[in-house]
Amino acid sequence: MADAGLPTVEEAMALGLTRGEYELVCEKLDRPPNQVELAMFSLLWSEHCAYKHSKKLLMTLPTEGEFVVMGPGENAGAVDVGDGLVCAFKVESHNHPSAVEPFQGAATGVGGILRDIFAIGARPIAVLDSLRFGDPGTSERSRFLLDGAVSGIGHYGNSIGVPTVGGEVYFEEPYEQNCLVNAMALGLGEREKLVRSAAAGIGNILVLYGASTGRDGIGGASVLASAELGELSEDKRPTVQVGDPFEESKLLECSLELLEAGLIVALQDLGAAGLTSSASEMASKGEVGIDIDVAKVPLREADMEPFEIMVSESQERMLCVVEPGKLDTVIALTDKWEVHGTAIGTVTDTGQMRIFRGEELVGEMPVVALVDDCPLYDLDPAPPAAPIYPPPTATLDPAADLRQALLALIASPNIASRRPLFEQYDSIVQSRTVRRPEESDAAVLQLPGGRGLAVSIDGNGRKVAADPYRGTIGVVLECASNLACAGAQPLGTTNNLNFGNPEKPHIAWQLTEAVRGLGEACRALEAPIVGGNVSLYNEGASGPIYPTPVIGMVGRLPDVTRAGRLGFAREGDAIALVGRFSPALPASELARLRGEALPDGLPDVDIAAVRATQEAVRDAVREGALSSAHDIAEGGLLVAIAESCLAGDVGATLDLGACEDAWSALFGEAPGGFVVSGDPSAIARLAEHTDVDVIGAVGGDRLHVRAGDGEANATLAELREAHRALARLFP
Amino acid sequence: MRVRVLVRPKAGILDPQGVAVEQALPALGFGGVTDVRIGRLIELEVDDPAQVDEMCRKLLANPLVEDYEVQLLDGAAGTAS
Amino acid sequence: MKFGVLRFPGSCDEVDAQLAAGRVGEAVLLWHRDRDLQGCDAIIVPGGFSYGDYLRAGAIARFSPMMEEVIAFARDGGLVLGICNGFQVLCEAGLLPGALLQNTNRRFTSRQVRLEVVNSETPFTLACAPGELLSVPAKHGSGRYYAPDDQIDAMEAAGQVVVRYAPGDCFNGSARDIAGVCNQAGNVFGLMPHPEHAVDPLTGSTDGLRIFESMAMAAEGVRG
Repeated sequence: MADAGLPTVEEAMALGLTRGEYELVCEKLDRPPNQVELAMFSLLWSEHCAYKHSKKLLMTLPTEGEFVVMGPGENAGAVDVGDGLVCAFKVESHNHPSAVEPFQGAATGVGGILRDIFAIGARPIAVLDSLRFGDPGTSERSRFLLDGAVSGIGHYGNSIGVPTVGGEVYFEEPYEQNCLVNAMALGLGEREKLVRSAAAGIGNILVLYGASTGRDGIGGASVLASAELGELSEDKRPTVQVGDPFEESKLLECSLELLEAGLIVALQDLGAAGLTSSASEMASKGEVGIDIDVAKVPLREADMEPFEIMVSESQERMLCVVEPGKLDTVIALTDKWEVHGTAIGTVTDTGQMRIFRGEELVGEMPVVALVDDCPLYDLDPAPPAAPIYPPPTATLDPAADLRQALLALIASPNIASRRPLFEQYDSIVQSRTVRRPEESDAAVLQLPGGRGLAVSIDGNGRKVAADPYRGTIGVVLECASNLACAGAQPLGTTNNLNFGNPEKPHIAWQLTEAVRGLGEACRALEAPIVGGNVSLYNEGASGPIYPTPVIGMVGRLPDVTRAGRLGFAREGDAIALVGRFSPALPASELARLRGEALPDGLPDVDIAAVRATQEAVRDAVREGALSSAHDIAEGGLLVAIAESCLAGDVGATLDLGACEDAWSALFGEAPGGFVVSGDPSAIARLAEHTDVDVIGAVGGDRLHVRAGDGEANATLAELREAHRALARLFP
Repeated sequence: MRVRVLVRPKAGILDPQGVAVEQALPALGFGGVTDVRIGRLIELEVDDPAQVDEMCRKLLANPLVEDYEVQLLDGAAGTAS
Repeated sequence: MKFGVLRFPGSCDEVDAQLAAGRVGEAVLLWHRDRDLQGCDAIIVPGGFSYGDYLRAGAIARFSPMMEEVIAFARDGGLVLGICNGFQVLCEAGLLPGALLQNTNRRFTSRQVRLEVVNSETPFTLACAPGELLSVPAKHGSGRYYAPDDQIDAMEAAGQVVVRYAPGDCFNGSARDIAGVCNQAGNVFGLMPHPEHAVDPLTGSTDGLRIFESMAMAAEGVRG
């Protein structure tokens, strides 16, 4: 290989490697890397691909359990849902692309997570999203990002025919500069037909199919585009990747048909770091070598350099491994779906990743060095000496009474109806959706044989910022509580850890504490982590985002016809507060409206007690004993009750009895509380299994509550008007 | 030959995108803007420009709701419909 | 009764339509590049984003080989139902009058709507009572029905306006709240809302089943 014009250590550092990492690359190769090799190493040794600041922490998480079929390390995790079927699922972030161009950023985020699902041989059946922005009421930029991200998610999911069944969105000042766009997808597949990504069979052929390769997203975070590396500087392109759901729809059908026909040995999607990452991962998992001829890769622009082809992040591409005898059949099937496959390489026994341009060898690296030898770093965690986040801006009149506070909470962008958002999503295509958004705490999908799946995605950055360990436990519990209200038992968990710069001790501390809480909660709930993603360096000029672990959980229901609902259903039903609920105002939504600073720590959580309550609620829902079940979350008990009133279009009258602090009782937040309604005899039976406090009855056209000396009263019409607050943003 | 086809909503057909842009411009300080219409621009390399009109009627435009205009980009006169 | 449901690249609701039609008869998928209608008694052009909805919704799909067969089938009096994107395809193909434009709210919108049955004497609405309200979901970005005023006058007089959105339920800005129309002969019907997503109490209402039942009744009648 020609070694003229080898990149310098400075150029390597401009691509994101440290001096030490560059020296390690030289040592592994026994020579300095050329341009192609440096481009590949710099991507595979990036935080995004190598998890070099989080891997040691992630290894502490529970990943095994009764239902786990595929754990972390594959394109997506999978859990057993019975009858030979598995549910594949995963959440991933597309935060940085969405902050640049929210429509395409969010759309390609959905496209990427869907490819992860069908890459293991499961048909995507649902999408959920978790979004964070600044205040949409005061920030033009936040409205623009929200509007773009929601349209982008809808555009991709709607066009490809996968329902968007749920999600969550919160608006807080620390996300103003750095929004979060996390997308989760679920798929359904036959256990025996799942495919892994490990390349196997020396002499087998690598086939690339789908979109042609262009200069999209080279270097991902524009690291490369800003580097003065050889010819690169002549053309600094924006790194916005454009999604094409139509192409992906064909890619999906073609991939599933290839698998159904047993034509391929291994399958992998092309995501971040493109061909570099996909091919190296396949080689690494199969403990083989791979030769790729970049001259065979179909290009959108003819003059692309080998390193550009290897790192391009063009969307809607898949890579599969095929036995030579089946190649023609595979190519014919890709032609049928108009995603024209091309043989671009072979599996070898060299243990080397070799890149050719025609006959010319342009790069050669040991697979192990590329994939496994990136140094992992220990974090240097230290709790912050002073508060990291300024108090939120106060928006609630300090003299507000309980009624005014209730209406302000219901109208808060964090609580108001999400209808203007989810109406932009097709939530019913594929005919599985048994509970649509705002009908139940979790989305519910029917499975063959009358069973069901429930799924929820949750996060609460403010609480995690107040206490990374207990806050994260609270998020996991909330997710499982949502499943319980639908009547589902958790099978497995996925997570996306959205944090700031882990090289800063206080961020390292947030991350370490959050992962500790995550592992502890998942262990206690027997809901192991089957996959996930880490997004670090989420910081704007004014500081880091709230630490935001986003948790997705999938559960199953034996009888989907009994899936729970959140709305009150019958006049005269008793309303009960269920669980050992100890509401507190610090870090609550009310505290945010009041502009209160975050507390330093949250109260302890008894995970086992919360789990026991969840099980009692779940069992009651499964028996069909309850009319409604709703978990108490943002805004506390009274907001939960108001939501049940609105969902059922019926009022409620409540009396909490003697009450020291009506504000805490009505608006305080804590894990483990539920509002249920039902026949008084059913509520009495529930009380045999958990703490139950009957506090009122369903009926009328208003919500009236008495708590000690305090009282609040609002008509359904007033609540509904307040709840419509987000609609003003979508005229 | 390089040919450009401009497709726009027919007069009298409501164009919601045009309305949205028309309403957004004053908010950005641009006054005196009316009658914004948003259409499509299609550029093609064709051997026989005489076929373009039929292409427009059959596929590139929907004559019920859209007008189209063909421009020959080497400077020759176009046709409009 | 045998239904054939077309499948284009980019179709989304074809399996849903097949399942729904399968509740009242046999239902098979027909690939867009084939030409064999497989002896179907009725054809459904399903919802979705055929060919990505690129250029205009339905504009490219209508030139597929299978659509040529469907056009001939319709001209011979065969029953053809177009749902959502299928409605757009049938308008583009000239089998139905009018066009479907971008919603006035400029957004893809998904909402349960009430449909008023204006003409209960078509082969697609036989099982409905005149004026009956059907609860059916609608989900689209380009569903604003348009035809020139005088043409709509004539269509109304001829009973070609088959279903309308109930007052207050039309979110897309359709002329005279029109949700679905048929051709003059009455054997081709297109509508934006999705009757195939309203056939099971578990996942919604069952009102949409009436459309498929009507088609089966009509086809049996023809045969009998």
